[in-house]
Amino acid sequence: MSKTVAVIDYGMGNLHSIAKALEHADPSARVEVTADPTHILSAGHVVFPGVGAIRDCMHELDSTGLRDVVLRAAEQRPFLGICLGMQAMLGHSAENGGVATLGLIPGEVRYFGDDLTDTAGNRLKVPHMGWNQVAQIAHPLWAGIDDGTRFYFVHSYFADPPDVAHRAGMSEYGHAFTAAIARDNLFGVQFHPEKSQKAGLKLLANFLAWNE
Amino acid sequence: MSLAKRIIPCLDVDNGRVVKGVNFVDIRDAGDPVEIARRYDLEGADEITFLDITASSDERETMVHVVEQVASEVFIPLTVGGGIRTVEDIRRMLNAGADKVGINSAAVARPEFVREAAERFGSQCIVVSIDAKRVSAKGEAPHWEIFTHGGRKATGIDAVEWAERMVALGAGELLLTSMDRDGTKSGFDLDYTRTISERVNVPIIASGGVGNLDHLVDGVVKGHADAVLAASIFHFGEYTVGEAKQHMAEAGVEVRL
Repeated sequence: MSKTVAVIDYGMGNLHSIAKALEHADPSARVEVTADPTHILSAGHVVFPGVGAIRDCMHELDSTGLRDVVLRAAEQRPFLGICLGMQAMLGHSAENGGVATLGLIPGEVRYFGDDLTDTAGNRLKVPHMGWNQVAQIAHPLWAGIDDGTRFYFVHSYFADPPDVAHRAGMSEYGHAFTAAIARDNLFGVQFHPEKSQKAGLKLLANFLAWNE
Repeated sequence: MSLAKRIIPCLDVDNGRVVKGVNFVDIRDAGDPVEIARRYDLEGADEITFLDITASSDERETMVHVVEQVASEVFIPLTVGGGIRTVEDIRRMLNAGADKVGINSAAVARPEFVREAAERFGSQCIVVSIDAKRVSAKGEAPHWEIFTHGGRKATGIDAVEWAERMVALGAGELLLTSMDRDGTKSGFDLDYTRTISERVNVPIIASGGVGNLDHLVDGVVKGHADAVLAASIFHFGEYTVGEAKQHMAEAGVEVRL
């Protein structure tokens, strides 16, 4: 039976790249960009992407009626949140004056701040944009990827799950922050695997091979 | 562990063909943007920028197809500039697989366009390109003026004030091109990039004037750029992107190797 992966299309950003990257990562996978609840819930793997602002993200989930579908899809099958999708997996975001999010993994999404500096005291710009290293915390999705490999990030807010058991990767920008989260069948990355060249494709291939 | 400085090769594309492209030894078609983008990706480019210089707007659809093809096989961030005038232009490029668009003269013509674009698509994908010439007299504190039409038309706009205004309107990144240096191979205008980099809180890309690999290092170290963009040194095969990164790493600049 061929592997099916649904990329949830709820109106938050272009999904061409993520679909192409999944196809590239595993040519045997059947990738569908979809807003159809039946298709999402029958897929073996689900990808929950997103770019933009969190209030719009939650608004779109509600106006498309997909909030419950996302929650149900996250119950048991392998589920990958990317960027804003990952942020939405936590419980609350400080963006847009404070927005309640899906609560799949306990934790806050916080702002980097406008007075961020590196250890030498140099000012750091926000958004955090570009290739940064990720220190891995053992998980099947890191298989075959060297610890400390760089991934491509673009974000101004970061995940902060208080339970270390929910942290799957750490990065640093002014301070340490959680670059990847995990719990049971759920995985979420702040960076863009679909824009992170070989390492990103490997992570996507690992996701498609993952049977939690 | 920290963020790497980015090296961004830029391709000028005219009606679907790379101009100024010169044969790499093992590339079949030096004019094919897909093949050249694939090459830059393999060499370790951190992003790729396409500048669409197609004169006729009827042929802009060609660029959409180029982006689609590149985005289907090159998995690093892609930026498309040139001819981006409407929200619809941006939507088409993003749907084709671009991650960011560069807005230049359309912002000069109507600055509110930047706000509309950022509100619609998010600041992370809006790069404002600022083409400027140094207009200060000798001995005077340096200042720069925005020029349009490939540097032929003065606008009277101060580049530093403009940069701050563009960021306030929602630009997520600034591409700073020195029109004095562009094509001269004498290095970036480092005062220009540094002055603006210190005034705004978004990443800046230095552009215009790269002639050797030390210039790239200078752009970061002295020009305080977050990323450096170059076209001809890579096209003409003088240096590979990999060599550029190695050189920057040896000079102590953090890069993705």
